[in-house]
Amino acid sequence: MTHATQALDQMRPPYPAEPGSGVYSNKLGMWVFLASDVMFFTALIGSYIVLRFGAPGEWARPGAVLNVPLTGLNTFLLICSSVSMVKAYAAIADGKKYFLRKVPGKRLQDGGLKFWLLITIICGAGFVSVQVVEYIKLVGHGFTPAGYREGSLLAEHAAADPIKYGLTVAGLYGSSFFTMTGFHGFHVTCGVISMLYLYFTKVLPEKYSPQDYRGIEVIGLYWHFVDLVWIILFTIVYLI
Amino acid sequence: MTTPTTHVRPNYMLIWLYLFVMTIAEVLLAFELPVARNLKLILLLILAIWKAMLVALFFMHLKFERWRLRLIFIVPLPLAAILVTTVIMEKVW
Repeated sequence: MTHATQALDQMRPPYPAEPGSGVYSNKLGMWVFLASDVMFFTALIGSYIVLRFGAPGEWARPGAVLNVPLTGLNTFLLICSSVSMVKAYAAIADGKKYFLRKVPGKRLQDGGLKFWLLITIICGAGFVSVQVVEYIKLVGHGFTPAGYREGSLLAEHAAADPIKYGLTVAGLYGSSFFTMTGFHGFHVTCGVISMLYLYFTKVLPEKYSPQDYRGIEVIGLYWHFVDLVWIILFTIVYLI
Repeated sequence: MTTPTTHVRPNYMLIWLYLFVMTIAEVLLAFELPVARNLKLILLLILAIWKAMLVALFFMHLKFERWRLRLIFIVPLPLAAILVTTVIMEKVW
């Protein structure tokens, strides 16, 4: 009699793998897209580095123009959304399709796919909302993609302290800031829309199962990548 | 007899805690701690890359994927470095 040890690999769902790559085609496609997105953001970050360090004057000092505490909070929100996304993935892999369920002997209820994905959507939408508020306030104070608007509050501050506010290179600063954060915000918005679509068409009708949850895994990869990019952008745009 | 390799899920909440603590450390380093500018820049970049690695390895599960899949993500990184270096060198010259 032979004994075959059957162990469930928690990290690899049982889908038919494509020959060669060893993974199913949806996941492979997302990874190839992410590889191209790495190059896209590299082009943006590379341009930023060249513009900043090749500029004739000093960039505005960190925190002089941008609201770092608010963006720090936003970063925290995006990190939380990444955790809730991975919890959604783990929940459906364990067959937890429900929203919340009581666990005997525990005070907190156990969250299922419906709960964790909703938290991710809320955090993602929260991130975009805070970014929109930040943009409105910055433009209101006079920080535009073209630099400091004449007669604005920031233009007055910059005239009083041109080094702190990087007056000579304000146009470069504004255009690179809005381009980089804008494209990232666009990615987050696309992610939130995609998750909403999945939530209403697949998650609520309980179409995912522990045997097939490809959509959750693929959108999860995208979402974590968006988080990863923001981690880099937050440091180089807001802190350095 | 076959024994498939088993990967146990990482502790996601612990990774979240690391990311949270490192984000606070970054903000403190940038605004509160009296550190030389160049050292501060290097430390901030190290922290950012460390956080990004945590997300890629544990949340995107790259640590548990096959090498042929990891390569898809790794190959653009040296290309990205070449792109940035070339553009910077062109500017310097």
